[in-house]
Amino acid sequence: MSDWLTPILWIGGIGTACGAALALAARYLSVEEDPRIERIANELPGANCGGCGFAGCADYAKAMVTADTAATLCPVCNSESSAKIAALLGRSVEVSERKVAVIRCGGNDSEALRRFAYNGIADCAAAAATGGGDKTCTYGCLGYGSCVRVCPFHAIAVADGLATVDPRVCIGCGKCIPACPRGIITLAPAAASLHVLCSSKDKGPVVKKACGVGCIGCTLCVKLSDGAISMEGFLARVDYSKPLTQDVLVEKCPGHCIQKIG
Amino acid sequence: MKTFPSPFCFSGGIHPAYNKDLTCGEAIRRLSCPAQLVISLSQHLGAPAVPCVKAGDIVSGGQRLADAAGMISAPIHAPTSGKVVRIEPAPTPLGRPAPAILFEPDGRDVWESTLDPLADWQTHDPRALAERVGAAGVVGMGGAGFPTQVKLSPPADKPIDTLIINGAECEPYLTGDHRLMVEQAATLWEGAAIIRHILGAKTVRVAIEDNKPDAIRAMETALPTTLADAAVCVLKTSYPQGSEKQQIFSVTGRVVPAGGLPMDVGCVVENVGTTLAVWDAVVNGRPLIWRTITVSGDAVTAPANFLAPIGTPFAALVEACGGAKGRIAKIVAGGPMMGFAQAALDVAMTKTSSGLLLLSAARVPGYTSQPCIACGRCLDACPMRLMPAELSQRIEADDIDGAEQTFVMDCFECGSCAFVCPAHRPLVQHMRRAKAVIIARRRAAPKKS
Repeated sequence: MSDWLTPILWIGGIGTACGAALALAARYLSVEEDPRIERIANELPGANCGGCGFAGCADYAKAMVTADTAATLCPVCNSESSAKIAALLGRSVEVSERKVAVIRCGGNDSEALRRFAYNGIADCAAAAATGGGDKTCTYGCLGYGSCVRVCPFHAIAVADGLATVDPRVCIGCGKCIPACPRGIITLAPAAASLHVLCSSKDKGPVVKKACGVGCIGCTLCVKLSDGAISMEGFLARVDYSKPLTQDVLVEKCPGHCIQKIG
Repeated sequence: MKTFPSPFCFSGGIHPAYNKDLTCGEAIRRLSCPAQLVISLSQHLGAPAVPCVKAGDIVSGGQRLADAAGMISAPIHAPTSGKVVRIEPAPTPLGRPAPAILFEPDGRDVWESTLDPLADWQTHDPRALAERVGAAGVVGMGGAGFPTQVKLSPPADKPIDTLIINGAECEPYLTGDHRLMVEQAATLWEGAAIIRHILGAKTVRVAIEDNKPDAIRAMETALPTTLADAAVCVLKTSYPQGSEKQQIFSVTGRVVPAGGLPMDVGCVVENVGTTLAVWDAVVNGRPLIWRTITVSGDAVTAPANFLAPIGTPFAALVEACGGAKGRIAKIVAGGPMMGFAQAALDVAMTKTSSGLLLLSAARVPGYTSQPCIACGRCLDACPMRLMPAELSQRIEADDIDGAEQTFVMDCFECGSCAFVCPAHRPLVQHMRRAKAVIIARRRAAPKKS
């Protein structure tokens, strides 16, 4: 009889002892965690994009509860989940403005000239380090997709040698900004539809030679935009804190670089 | 013993098609000054020079145009008399535009010497001579452009016993140094004697690859009997025999430690062109304003070696060769292995421009890069005994730290690995990218006090 009963008793005994130890550990060694952390983490998108500056959604949720971090850092949350998180934290509802990435270049392969045939690593930083990049314009998008590869939401695509952001998909996490060796990606409010799609700091004649879509520094848009566009050297820049609704600029811009997106 | 074969040879290396017969028989021709010179302010390793002239200034030949900016930098002088048109960014052979002095020679070639000729250099203090070399704007003319004064002033705890004059010229196509050795052998020995005097070295070796028998003969014949412990060391023809660390091993058997300098093993290596520039600066008091450049390739009508003023636009050099032949598929500044591809001929030559190659489509095969097949040929070829296959895969996966631990910083971008790679992987480009990231990180990191 002991052939089969002894092992059963042994195994059963060990199981009971371990169960008892676990039960005691759960009773006396448990760590109190604020239940709100888990509930807030459930409200966050869970993409772990890092756009808030924390090491993922759970880390940010913990920071909000324990370190009193602002609840508006997540660029992905819609207003509904923001409201839920604010309610869980017992704070007033702060709705952040949704932002999207804008690539400030309009020079695709039919507009911007290339100086030479680049046959190296398909990476923008590597291309930019080769003779200063193959595009004649030393400021514009190189189109080798370094931003595409870092986007966690597949919101960027390269077509015809130019990267463009789909504003419907982009959540404005800003991961693409440091990936661009030319530094031409910026975050703009999703509501803003007019953008200056040029980053060239060169003078007008140089820009005109290099690209069909380029700011030539004529300052026409500054006069027509009611202060929303200002000049930075020879380059027009939009101040997104001011309203810019003059759609007529798209037709008026002689460099064809003011365009409507979205 | 006037000549002896090198007792050692570095491991690895390759044997590319040298194509030196296009120009090795062409005597160096002095190019007349072109209508406009573009004199770049960063022609050397280190900080760009600071201009000390302004637009509209009339200067004479030999006058200083820009001062050295700090320890690792070099001044720049006017090759002839003329007018400074303006100072603006211009393309450089290295790719990125840098500020340059646009200079219009007046054709009169009025000369103003800032340094006195010193025929009796033996009686002068080595330190003063080294300073003179620095004031003459002499930099390493083999390609890197390291300021020569720094090389000639080793710290007291690093005594130099061997001076190697680098006449290997292992890059295909280039024959400028070869011609200098054939044509100016006696002057070269005197230049070597001056550098030896400055360094206080005992031994002088002129290292020449065995594919230049006429240069070996010329140097051997011209060796003055008064010069003790000097000899020609004949190297086996193998690329990159002209690289400093490889050459030190081939000639002396000493191994420069990783991250170290030749002075750590008691050696200094000076290029043939640099040696002649030192001679010119000391004996004639002339700054570095001209250099030899080989214009070659199968898309050049008449390939030639020139002595051209620094700042000569590449287009003027091609014109002096009778223009281009057929369609140019690739323009390379320097040699084909370590040179830099150019987008156009609007670039001007600098103190480090050893060659200009125009190649036709037949010489520039198109290829697509493929994944590594782990054949290991790059490991055999690497003269630094690195593992290019492993390194490139780490860099591709963005593991820059891993690449640093696998000694990517020891890579000097000779291109041997990419030359032998059957999968046509852009190995050198990977190394360059990783090195750039690591250098940027080290610059950003707080310095240890």
